[in-house]
Amino acid sequence: MNESADVVADARVKMKTRDVNIFYGDNQAIKDVSLDIAARNVTALIGPSGCGKSTYLRALNRMNDTIDGCRLEGKILLDGEDIYAREVDPVEVRRRVGMVFQKSNPFPKSIFDNVAFGLRIGGEKDKDLIAQRVEESLRGAALWDEVKDRLQSSALGLSGGQQQRLCIARCLAVWPEVILMDEPASALDPIATAKIEELIRELRERYTIVIVTHSMQQAARVSDFTAFFFMGKLVEHGKTDMMFTRPSKKRTEEYISGRFG
Amino acid sequence: MKHTKKDWVLAGLTGASLAVILLLLAVLLGQIAWHGAPVISAEFLTARPGADMISGGIWPAIYGTVFMTLLMTLAGVPVGIATAIFLTEYASPRSKMAKLVRIAVNNLAGVPSIVFGLFGLGFFIIFVGGSLDALLYDDPRPVWGKPSILWASLTLAVLTLPVVIVTTEEALRQVPSELRDASLALGATRFQTVYKIVLPNAKGGILTGVILAVSRGAGEVAPIIFCGAANFLPYLPTDLRDMFMHLGYHVYALATQSPNVDAARPTLFGTVLVLLVLTFSLNLLAVIIRSRSRAALRP
Repeated sequence: MNESADVVADARVKMKTRDVNIFYGDNQAIKDVSLDIAARNVTALIGPSGCGKSTYLRALNRMNDTIDGCRLEGKILLDGEDIYAREVDPVEVRRRVGMVFQKSNPFPKSIFDNVAFGLRIGGEKDKDLIAQRVEESLRGAALWDEVKDRLQSSALGLSGGQQQRLCIARCLAVWPEVILMDEPASALDPIATAKIEELIRELRERYTIVIVTHSMQQAARVSDFTAFFFMGKLVEHGKTDMMFTRPSKKRTEEYISGRFG
Repeated sequence: MKHTKKDWVLAGLTGASLAVILLLLAVLLGQIAWHGAPVISAEFLTARPGADMISGGIWPAIYGTVFMTLLMTLAGVPVGIATAIFLTEYASPRSKMAKLVRIAVNNLAGVPSIVFGLFGLGFFIIFVGGSLDALLYDDPRPVWGKPSILWASLTLAVLTLPVVIVTTEEALRQVPSELRDASLALGATRFQTVYKIVLPNAKGGILTGVILAVSRGAGEVAPIIFCGAANFLPYLPTDLRDMFMHLGYHVYALATQSPNVDAARPTLFGTVLVLLVLTFSLNLLAVIIRSRSRAALRP
């Protein structure tokens, strides 16, 4: 199936998945998904609850490895390398493919220590470098001006939207190449959501972003490509403006126009 | 909210049972404090007991109890915490082995303490100690294969193990899985996640459990009867192979083996009071640590 490759034809492909099947025990959550993810673009994964989009997302940085009984078949390539190959360390994969979760999950540490965490566990000891990267990452996540005077206070004192941007900053600090976002704004109010969406648009200049979202409007606003999942299968993948104006599959049209889901 | 008749009956019954418990506790503690306090003096706390066990002080018993408790903690707590970390963080939830270990731990918690004493005698003293003697010495006189503070502490360490494991597991499970995910997604290894994220966040709960287990172990008498506690010992233990005096065992000895039970009573109450104060302070410490660690998790 090369349909997906055609879709992103004019963009460089950052990640490629080929005939991916994912199982939880005996249940198959993802069936034969082949999808190309364009570099420095935002790809939105949409579809009704339980369609497997989050499972698929978590497969892209091997977070599913932590779930007991979860098994994957097929290939997922990052810059042409199979991240599920035997000799590949999932820890390395996750440093290159970062993740922002649905519920903001800052560590009960200071704002500074949250952002510095990834660097420190990566063995970085240089304090000046850490401080510099923390600032750079907080600026990158549009949070610096709000927190620069209280870097040492607890991250748990931030508002929900700030916490989520902190999680994005924490992810940026390790210089990932790809950022996976699992409904990053679903728990936020409209203003905080707008800030996150604006941020995603900015981040796409430097990073490859894959975002799972429940909101059609959000997918339309932030993404360049959209992939529609249904019952564990990839139904359609295309340029976002095409998908939302002239979807080629009937199911996609029905879902986008709100007839089910 | 309107209270019905049933509410009042229920409130009355629960209130009454609470009152009974508080009354019993007050009588018990009051008795001990009333009879024990007059005996407490600097001499009582720092002197050795006289030959009749009634006169003099109880310093060797205090010293022995603290020494034994420290050894027990050093031996048992790290093993218990490591076991709990393995069970919650490493073992798969469906692993048969983890299930078996959990069943074993729960059964261990239900074993009467005197059985631990017999286990200590049979396993540590006769088997381990006896084998060491046979290997190391030609002398028929036992060096390791006899009751000592080492074997008593190890026996108590085994006794406190289930409490440490269960409370540590509980504390680890309280750490939200989102934090583990966040750490792993940043490229932390499983070990780094446990060491940098899970343990610091579970610290309060673990410490509380450890202290409660230790305070229970400190007051146990039955397991050490065969394993190292001495009725009367004019010197302090300086070697792991020495026997030792113990507050709880001292109470038992005074109450059952004193030639003059009436004359022994004040000393008895004084000893009980000291033991209670020791274990209560441990419990109090646990409460303080718990409330502090809860406060630390708040913004």
